[in-house]
Amino acid sequence: MNKLWRFPGGLHLPGHKDESTAVSVAAAQLPRFLVLPLQQHIGEPAKALVKVGDHILKGQMIAKASGYVSAPVHASSSGTVVEIGERPIPHPSGLHALCIVIETDGQDTWLPHHPVEDYRQLDPSALRNIIREAGIVGLGGAGFPTYIKLNRGADKVIDTLILNGAECEPYITCDDMLMRERPEEIIAGLFIMRHALQARACIIGIEDNKPHAIDALARVIHDLKVKDIRVAPIPTRYPAGGEKQLIKVLTGREVPSNGLPLHIGVVCQNVATATAVYRAITYGEPLISRYVTVSGPGIQQPRNLEVLLGTPIRELIEQCGGAPDDSGTFLMGGPMMGFPLHNLAAPVIKTTNCILAQPPAAPAQPVLPCIRCGVCAEACPVSLLPQQLYWHAAAKDFTKAQSYNLFDCIECGCCTSVCPSNIQLVDYYRFAKTEIAAQELEKRKADTARNRHEFRLQRLERDKAERAARHEQKKASLSDPATSAKNDAKPDVIQAAIERVQAKRAASDESSGSVPAQH
Amino acid sequence: MPNPSFSSAPMREASSVSKVMLQVIYALMPGIAAYVWFYGWGVVVNILFALVVALLSEAGMLALRQRPIKPFLYDGSAAVTAVLLALSLPPLAPWWMTLIGTAFAIIVAKQLYGGLGFNPFNPAMIGYVVLLISFPREMTTWLAPEVVSGHSLGFFDSARAIFSGQLPTGLHMDAITAATPLDALKTRLSMGHNATEVMHSSPIFGVLGGKGVEWINGLFLAGGLWLIYKRIISWHIPAAMVAAMSIMALVFYIANTGTHASPLFHLFSGATMLGAFFIATDPVTASTTPRGKLYYGAGIGIFTYIIRTWGGYPDAVAFAVLLMNMAAPMIDQYTQPRVFGHKD
Amino acid sequence: MFSAIIALTVLATVSGLLLGYAAIRFKVQGDPLVDKIDAILPQTQCGQCTYPGCRPYATAIANGEADINQCPPGGEATIAALAELLGRDPKPLNAAHGAVKPKMVAVIDETRCIGCTLCIQACPVDAILGAAKHMHTVIAQECTGCELCIPPCPVDCIDMVPIKQTASTWKWPYPQDSGEWRVASSAQ
Repeated sequence: MNKLWRFPGGLHLPGHKDESTAVSVAAAQLPRFLVLPLQQHIGEPAKALVKVGDHILKGQMIAKASGYVSAPVHASSSGTVVEIGERPIPHPSGLHALCIVIETDGQDTWLPHHPVEDYRQLDPSALRNIIREAGIVGLGGAGFPTYIKLNRGADKVIDTLILNGAECEPYITCDDMLMRERPEEIIAGLFIMRHALQARACIIGIEDNKPHAIDALARVIHDLKVKDIRVAPIPTRYPAGGEKQLIKVLTGREVPSNGLPLHIGVVCQNVATATAVYRAITYGEPLISRYVTVSGPGIQQPRNLEVLLGTPIRELIEQCGGAPDDSGTFLMGGPMMGFPLHNLAAPVIKTTNCILAQPPAAPAQPVLPCIRCGVCAEACPVSLLPQQLYWHAAAKDFTKAQSYNLFDCIECGCCTSVCPSNIQLVDYYRFAKTEIAAQELEKRKADTARNRHEFRLQRLERDKAERAARHEQKKASLSDPATSAKNDAKPDVIQAAIERVQAKRAASDESSGSVPAQH
Repeated sequence: MPNPSFSSAPMREASSVSKVMLQVIYALMPGIAAYVWFYGWGVVVNILFALVVALLSEAGMLALRQRPIKPFLYDGSAAVTAVLLALSLPPLAPWWMTLIGTAFAIIVAKQLYGGLGFNPFNPAMIGYVVLLISFPREMTTWLAPEVVSGHSLGFFDSARAIFSGQLPTGLHMDAITAATPLDALKTRLSMGHNATEVMHSSPIFGVLGGKGVEWINGLFLAGGLWLIYKRIISWHIPAAMVAAMSIMALVFYIANTGTHASPLFHLFSGATMLGAFFIATDPVTASTTPRGKLYYGAGIGIFTYIIRTWGGYPDAVAFAVLLMNMAAPMIDQYTQPRVFGHKD
Repeated sequence: MFSAIIALTVLATVSGLLLGYAAIRFKVQGDPLVDKIDAILPQTQCGQCTYPGCRPYATAIANGEADINQCPPGGEATIAALAELLGRDPKPLNAAHGAVKPKMVAVIDETRCIGCTLCIQACPVDAILGAAKHMHTVIAQECTGCELCIPPCPVDCIDMVPIKQTASTWKWPYPQDSGEWRVASSAQ
């Protein structure tokens, strides 16, 4: 038995996992319309490659990555692009964002795709490139482009590659089902990622409340007779599936604050990401579907579905016997870290692991003042002092909040769930975090504006001096009559242009009257 | 449209402030029972009267401050304050003392500072200290344990004594009162007596501490351990307070057994256990960091011993708690835990 | 009596010397006030404060010539920060200088632009690109929304468009729960 470590705090939560693991995973129905947001990942939104009316095939790249931290988007089925515009997205803001809408043709015709014969012949950077082009991002929930995480850098050595199968949040079982049903794909994906990272050992961390998944993976590893890969059952304690917490439990190492696992020789990937990598390399398939858990008290047949990205969430709820009206509360994600969906027309995206239907109208607990009991501090897996953070965030004293390490908070929700006064602590931290980020952006913009203004003043000063010097020069020689005539003509040119444009505008005002926005 | 401020569902049978307070009251019950056994029903009358005063004061202040009354009245914090204060008063303390102490605790020490969660000082202890300083004679007139005095007062006799000052016919106050063991020890020691002799000289002393008081302390200890077992309070503050007091007492006891009482005597006398498990652990006014709680509890233990031994008052838990209340914010500032991923 | 006077005099002298020494010894060489004020101002360079840019306004505040409530783009937050820095009471924005507006960015309608370069000359942060007789465009990233390019445009082809909130610029709202019971009670 290998040694395990402990992270501070954490909670034992009721699992609610059995509800959705009773039936095996089935493919969700092909929806009539697929809505694919251009941003389903952390980083820059992708740039659309198609236009309305284009016929596209399944697996075809319809938006390309823009920049380093970005990921392309692929069509999850064949059909016609009917709209590129603002649509509701699954995001806590409830805002709309740019999406490509595809009307499916029901044929589900694949674009010809090309598997890699032997990934071991490829060098890591070529592997990463295929993974990048396949649009793979972390499927555990964060959505960070995977190819970046598979780049260890020239000077770093990765001694441990961790596969995260902990899935610690209640109700969510999509990784559990994936591990039960496709253990070979996960292990194959793990091999590919290990090759990309040139990592030595691999550990698959799974909470011990998932014995079937542990058995399935252990059997595959046993049959393959591979060394340096092991399944590590870990105690079930939320949030053991948090990246930093899992690394601590499995290796005893702490990811430094503001640092990356890479800095301590570890890379951590989700099990579903491993499958996506396997399919991208072995079959040449981009990321176009994922397992999604549909569960919660408001769902009649809780289960897992394999869902094409872009499927409207409402259709999933309908397929599981839920009541998809907008009056109930539906969360994307689990009960601890999920957020309420404002609109069920929002699609499943790469980071959608779970759709949770709350019981209708849970009675609201009265919120009382903080009694400083400190239960939150005991529950915090990062050893923060949640109540101090709360006081300062609530008072909008952001400097103070940061001095209590606000940005080390992983928003796991442990503090909120134990608070006897029912204070929504994490909401305060999220408020403070986004507010600080906005202030910093504002500050940077102000600094740029100041620099540019000062530069302009200097330039004007310099131009003035140069003009004065030229003027002096000209005075010496006689003025050229041609130039003065040209100068006289200039206002006439402007006047003519003004008249021209005014006439044109009068005409256009009558017809449309609208001004096309630039962006 | 979901409520945008709703972000995650309650996943646990969430504890609430009122449940915490209720369990604190349950845990006090064995100690209160022992109190009644040894000192008669006066303490129950005091508790009930203090409860009425506390709830009325709380409701009145909430109304004046234009706060909703119901959630705060039901949170149980005023009730706990009332019970703790009543337990600190002499068993037959006249009603107006209970009234003044409780009203001061709730109105001034709690509500004027902003109510639940915002008071820097333990309200019950403020009420107690106000009474002790204002009415020192009444506050130090304790009943002798009934087993010592041979008289026992029923519920209605006690109520009559408290509200009208009349004892049952044939009974005089002098006949049923006695100095507390801590008080008696201090007085005799100051007169040059030997501590061991003193403890054997009077029937008010028991095996460990004072007769009766040792049982009450023991049962408060049991109630406190139950609270720790139920995770209502953490072990840090009581353990640190008891340990610090024991060490202090042990050092001086070893140095001179003639002038200092044993550690056990200190632990099982006065308000030690009530203070350690029920008063010092008041979360609003205590330290909140794990390490800070240890310093905070130890401070109370040390101050209690110092004031008991060399100060002007017989017991000192209240003063020690208030002194450490003052220090709590500073302790918290300097005892922040190491955050995950940070170096020390 | 006499000794008391002497004692007090000596005490006063010693304290005075100590204070005087401390004032020299522990003197804080801070940033000049103008820099500190300028750091608070939003750098819109719009001139609504009647000064030709943020720094001149900062200088005027430092010299006591201008009040702290003349900056509409900064709004409440800037006034509060200035009041804090200068140890004064915050006051409401002086309406004579304009009202607080949502953040805007200038957009040139390129079909109407005649390429006169007048807006380029007006832009305080060089955020407009273009050359004579070629249409111009605004670098949205650099635009401060000062509106100084609007009046000079002879064909009125510049519009101020509010900056749209996106999922990535969205901010979590201030939680409602702590305020709920207070609001409810005050409504009674």
